Amino acid sequence: MKTNNITEEGKKSSFSKVLEVLKTMASKPSGFIGLSILVFHITLALISPYIAPYDYKAIDPAMMLSAPSSEFWFGTDDLGRDVFTRTILGGRTALTVTFFGSLIALLWGGLLGIFCGLVGGKIDDVVMRVVDAFLSIPWILAMLLIVSLLGTTTEVLIPALGFFYGKGIVRVARAATHDVIAKDFIVSARARGHSNFSIMWNEIIPNVRDAILVEGAMRWSWMLLGFSSLSFLGFGVSPPTPDWGLMISNGRGLMSFAYWSVIAPIVGLSSLIIGINLTADAFAKALGIDRATKAPV
Amino acid sequence: MFEIIQNVKNLSIGFRSKKGEEILILKNISTNIKKGETVGIVGESGSGKSTLALAMMGYVKHGLYTIGGKCEFNSSNLLTMNSRELEKIRGRKIAMIPQNAGQALTPNLKIGYQIDEALQLHSNLNKQQRDEKISELLNKVRLPSPDTIALRYPHELSGGQQQRVAVAMALAGKPDLLLLDEPTTGLDVTTQAHVLELLKFIAKDTGTSMVYVSHDLGAIAQVSDRIIVMYSGEIVLEGPSRSILKKPIHPYTFGLLKSIPKLSLAGLPESMPGSQPQPGSISRGCSFYDRCNFSSDKCKNNSPDLEYLEDLKTSIKCFNYKNLMNDNEVNQNVKKINTNSQDKEILTLSEVSISYAKQKLLDQVFNKITDDNPTVKDININIKKGETIALVGESGSGKSTILKSIAGLLRTKDGIITFDQNRQLPSDLKLRNPNELRIIQLIFQNPDESLNPNHTVEEIISQPLKLYFGLKGEELKKNIIELLEKVRLGEFYMSRYPRQLSGGEKQRVAVARAFAAKPDIILCDEVTSALDVSVQAAVLNLLQQLKEDFGTTYIFVSHDLAVVRAISDRVAVLYQGRLCEVGPSKDVYQFPSHPYTEVLLGAVLEPDPDIKPKLVAEDIVEEKPPKKGCSFQGRCSRIVGDICKNEIPPWQLTTSGNSIRCHIPLKELQKAQII
Repeated sequence: MKTNNITEEGKKSSFSKVLEVLKTMASKPSGFIGLSILVFHITLALISPYIAPYDYKAIDPAMMLSAPSSEFWFGTDDLGRDVFTRTILGGRTALTVTFFGSLIALLWGGLLGIFCGLVGGKIDDVVMRVVDAFLSIPWILAMLLIVSLLGTTTEVLIPALGFFYGKGIVRVARAATHDVIAKDFIVSARARGHSNFSIMWNEIIPNVRDAILVEGAMRWSWMLLGFSSLSFLGFGVSPPTPDWGLMISNGRGLMSFAYWSVIAPIVGLSSLIIGINLTADAFAKALGIDRATKAPV
Repeated sequence: MFEIIQNVKNLSIGFRSKKGEEILILKNISTNIKKGETVGIVGESGSGKSTLALAMMGYVKHGLYTIGGKCEFNSSNLLTMNSRELEKIRGRKIAMIPQNAGQALTPNLKIGYQIDEALQLHSNLNKQQRDEKISELLNKVRLPSPDTIALRYPHELSGGQQQRVAVAMALAGKPDLLLLDEPTTGLDVTTQAHVLELLKFIAKDTGTSMVYVSHDLGAIAQVSDRIIVMYSGEIVLEGPSRSILKKPIHPYTFGLLKSIPKLSLAGLPESMPGSQPQPGSISRGCSFYDRCNFSSDKCKNNSPDLEYLEDLKTSIKCFNYKNLMNDNEVNQNVKKINTNSQDKEILTLSEVSISYAKQKLLDQVFNKITDDNPTVKDININIKKGETIALVGESGSGKSTILKSIAGLLRTKDGIITFDQNRQLPSDLKLRNPNELRIIQLIFQNPDESLNPNHTVEEIISQPLKLYFGLKGEELKKNIIELLEKVRLGEFYMSRYPRQLSGGEKQRVAVARAFAAKPDIILCDEVTSALDVSVQAAVLNLLQQLKEDFGTTYIFVSHDLAVVRAISDRVAVLYQGRLCEVGPSKDVYQFPSHPYTEVLLGAVLEPDPDIKPKLVAEDIVEEKPPKKGCSFQGRCSRIVGDICKNEIPPWQLTTSGNSIRCHIPLKELQKAQII
């Protein structure tokens, strides 16, 4: 009886493991709320082009800055565009850019971190000092420099954000690797004569994957904030593309008499960030990683 | 005198599983502790012994809860008290000494300050009185120069000293009851003997009652008046320690005592089959039924009650104890090991030195190691094909360091390691070819650490098979199954993860992985010290069987002299990275021996209250080997003069082929040691 149970558990597919993690995450209120917000935003981003009531570019001077009504649910902005349409469309670019940006950050930061943790010694020293040097540069200045040199297209923004948000992951991945590297199964693999690549792939990655994924999820929410800040400063997406950062930037001067043009994008942006944060925390707890004790650098 | 201070009544503690079932960790425990008595609680890991001890101070671990019963201390139930009330009792009336004192002391506060804190909480003394009290306490636990110790930080003390400080802190509140949770488990043999001696003295001197929790029957035998044996959350036997250890009438205790290797007996002890039932497993019968040699049909479906035997003053939970009462003593049957040692040498270490010193810049450039006082020095050992040679010594003796060097994990400073008489092994792992890597395999101490938690057993064992033999598909699978059967695990273990296995099963997987490479030499680094006694015997038996089947050579590192006695053909005793004595194990365990071997042998704890450890030398810890002279000069009780301090002792050969490195002539050594 007992034997069978254990064997079944051993044979579990990775799909059912993912399902189980999701179930554990949703079992706590904070995880459930986070997941719901995230799912809502992703669904909205996918279907918004089909449900948007108006054309986001349509300018109507006659309807300039009209208050929320049954016709324009969230009112209109200074050019008479429908705020509701622009709000539900406004998360699309941000989500896409930051999602792929985080993936890049995860990939290069994680691999470099694991590599440094594994080889140690001089290479580790040199690489980590370079990473430290980059960490000391205010990212927004560097980003502004890159964007003004290379333009504000997605092709530039994704790798640039990916690079700047990956530096922190290097440290986390390296620390996680250090926890594993002292264990005897690594010593055993070394003594057998496995190559560094084989040790990294077979022995280390399965053990640090969870920690890095959680870190990547956190970076995603920070990157969203960063991306929106760039848009706010006018270096993110170019008008007339709807984007929350851009909308907040446009509407902020009119806040005193047309609050509706900023409220909606603010709610959109902050709810998404909160959602990702809660999800990442629940994710960490479901995987058994305590973020309180393993604070990322 | 014998008033009861702690009374446990029908205590059940458990947790709720994910499915909502109530799972019991402690099942209806009733016992008591009397004033001034020392009670030992023994059991294997998972038997509930620590949970019981913690409940005795009103603490139930997070996730567990009390299902029924009570723990009364001076007639008030600790388990229903609020934290305010408990505060008044903990530390003042009941104190606890944890297993690892190094972790229990705050690393950034001085020893004196930490004891002072305990005194401030639990006494009304003023500053000056407290300072005096600190010295007095440190003196009581026999720490040298208490005033300087008080000014040190925990990391500046050795493990034994830290444990003494923990004892001093516990004594600060003058407790009536002292709970000790495996207080000597992480310590060296000699230190352990000294700490136990101290605890015994304190129990006698202060009249404190003690509850001593341990898996080590040897330690329990030394300190306790009464023993409680736990199995699967139940008390199976309780009674005076002498009768329990000399005439165990419960089959579990009987088997347990049989499976402990003894110094006086060479050969492998019998192992107890099976393992403890998992918490929550349902059976109507006796929990020990599956592993019992004395069971009858009645045991299968009926669980015996704890029965009190007036004449023996013993409580027992067994239907068939009368069958065991006729046996006078535990007749230990040991299986003599077959030496298949051949004359051909398989591995030779000559003049090996290993240094941990940091390389200077210039040396780094020329890739040299310069250190005039290396951690390990002058190691000359010839290892014969098919033999088991044991390296013995306390922590810091360099035994694991030598293993690492043989495996190529640590570069040697000087010296040559030769395989098969003519092939010199490069000291750097990266310079060894795949075949040179294959012939030497390692088995580690702790299978939790040596098996990747995210790999299945199949993946773990397939690693060496893929790496060295390039096996794939069906053939790979066939080999894995074959290996699993060799270590007595079935095919169905393939898909399991290490966390789903018991300690013994994990170690078997690690053994299978080592044998997968078809090695000539296997390095065993304390392979049984993380295992329960009954499992230890089984693993030792397995290793011996595999050795006989494959003709493998073992280099066996251990601090446990009894285990070494059981399995090894030859023993090399190390102190501070220098060899003291090398010889056939039957001779090393006899006098004359090197003064250090004498110390080690004297400190071994046997599960017999009549055999007391002999404490020959102080348990001081030396940081570094002495630059000249004998390595053991700092602790030797038989030092003869300046010659020991200045000259490296010569090797002296006994008639039986045992080499001892000492300045004292063998005859005098023998004479002195017999007295």
